[in-house]
Amino acid sequence: MTDSKTPSNRRKFLRNITQVMGGVGGIFALIPFLSTMSPSEKAKSAGAPVEIDISSMTPGTYKVVEWRGKPVWVVRRTQDMIDNTLEDNEILSDPKSLEDHQPAYTQNKFRSIDPEFLVLVGVCTHLGCSPLYKPSSNSTELGIDWQGGFFCPCHGSKFDLSGRVHAAMPAPYNLEVPPHHFASNTKIIIGDDGDNI
Amino acid sequence: MNKFMNWIDRRLPVSNFVKNHLSQYYAPKNFNFFYYFGALAIFIFILQIVTGIFLTINYKPDAAQAFASVEYIMRDVEWGWLIRYLHSTGASFFFIVIYLHMFRAMLYGSYKNPRELLWLFGMLIFVLLMAEAFMGYLLPWGQMSYWGAQVIISLFGAIPYFGESLALWIRGDYVISDATLNRFFAFHVIALPLLLFALIYLHLAALHTTGSNNPDGIEIKQNKNEDGIPKDGIPFHPYYTVKDIFGLSVFLLVFTFIVFFMPELGGFFLEKDNFVPADPLKTPEHIVPVWYFTPFYAILRAIPDKLGGVLAMGLAIFVLFLLPWIDRCSTKSIRYRSKTYKVLLSLFVISFISLGYIGMSAATPIMTWIGRFFTLIYFGFFVALYFTSVNEKTKEVPDRVTMHD
Repeated sequence: MTDSKTPSNRRKFLRNITQVMGGVGGIFALIPFLSTMSPSEKAKSAGAPVEIDISSMTPGTYKVVEWRGKPVWVVRRTQDMIDNTLEDNEILSDPKSLEDHQPAYTQNKFRSIDPEFLVLVGVCTHLGCSPLYKPSSNSTELGIDWQGGFFCPCHGSKFDLSGRVHAAMPAPYNLEVPPHHFASNTKIIIGDDGDNI
Repeated sequence: MNKFMNWIDRRLPVSNFVKNHLSQYYAPKNFNFFYYFGALAIFIFILQIVTGIFLTINYKPDAAQAFASVEYIMRDVEWGWLIRYLHSTGASFFFIVIYLHMFRAMLYGSYKNPRELLWLFGMLIFVLLMAEAFMGYLLPWGQMSYWGAQVIISLFGAIPYFGESLALWIRGDYVISDATLNRFFAFHVIALPLLLFALIYLHLAALHTTGSNNPDGIEIKQNKNEDGIPKDGIPFHPYYTVKDIFGLSVFLLVFTFIVFFMPELGGFFLEKDNFVPADPLKTPEHIVPVWYFTPFYAILRAIPDKLGGVLAMGLAIFVLFLLPWIDRCSTKSIRYRSKTYKVLLSLFVISFISLGYIGMSAATPIMTWIGRFFTLIYFGFFVALYFTSVNEKTKEVPDRVTMHD
């Protein structure tokens, strides 16, 4: 007989295993509760692709559409803008778009499929504000060396006309290019890669 | 009456509780102005709960209806404007009172042995209060609600590896949406208030275990008379209940003046952009959090790196938790501490207020540099304190509290 006040090893083992099993069960019981906070099926399906008609856009104009609740910009570049877009520009932080913030088929200096049409998610990569379209390089409002682009009013990040972030800005990355493709000459589908790889 | 109380006391020790925590709970007799703010914080907590309940009666936590329901409360619900302004002004005053309450602890060393746990509970309350205020600010679904929440939730996205998924999980959608509003409502009206209530209970339980500190930083329990009552103590009730009621009247004078005459306080308490319904496609020109977050926000902006900024901001709050161990001087009150500590604390207060101002201003390069300077002073305070407090030259602390009567 063991002393009734000190539980036997067998009893200790049973008690510990019960506690562990109870604890594990408790943790698994959290899963349904925490999962209710993930995006619902409805929210996921609302992320479906959207279509933009670009037939009415003249060079230099800019259009905003909503995709997954975020603003997506389409800019039709003028010939000037195309000519002034440089492969390498020392004021840019990632001019070659090496960081993965665009589909592979837009990893060029225009960050576009067709240099004439720029498609960007209009959300600053810093803290999610929506930058402003400031295409004019004549304006000195953003400094004398401003070459046109996007300016985030929240924390002052600057992007060029390809959505490439300037160096030493709060925003860490270039603006995101959403997956998109041209369904026809006048129609862009955003949210779907189409035949592009 | 006596018979009735006896009947109760045999079943629930009410009389004992009143004795132990009010009529025979001895608090130091030398409390000064700074000792109002604990009681005032409890008052505001109750005010926020009560006004909050009456707001939920008419508020709709739905992205399509939230903004309109707040306007409905303001215009169509009888006295609705008063309830709402009490709640919104109460939020700002909660922080004024809590900041002064914390400053008091730094003046008189109230976080030091044996009150470290009391300080930790207080810090947890402070952090939860910031979460509570942040979530509450989304509910009116104005432009600043929306974009402020966008900025703050994006902070979680800066965490490597799982940050983006975490932000997605918090939002419940790819963007701030109805799902986010609905869950923030749930957290704001039930989850966090319950947690706050529990923590306030623990904060008070810890306080009543060690007893209050005082402006002299003397442990009054070390000097008791033959009845075991601290010589420098007076019963909390009626002395401090009456004092606190007087303080409350003065407080209400200021508080209600703002509620009635300047509830927006020029954009400090309610920002102008928040009178425009949330628009996910248009960012306001100038996003600023409400004033009580701006010191930490300025620290976030001072660091030119996303993750670094988030870490610095988190550290600015976390380092306060460690204060009882950073400050290694055994003398509690600033009255008997060295000139060094007085200078350091003054610099800390100046940097905190300046950061608050910088956090409200537009992010111009000059402001960012000034912000960096004061961020350095903010953190420098803790570093300097750690090294200077260990061998600090202090004055002699008297045995008994000093009174100026």
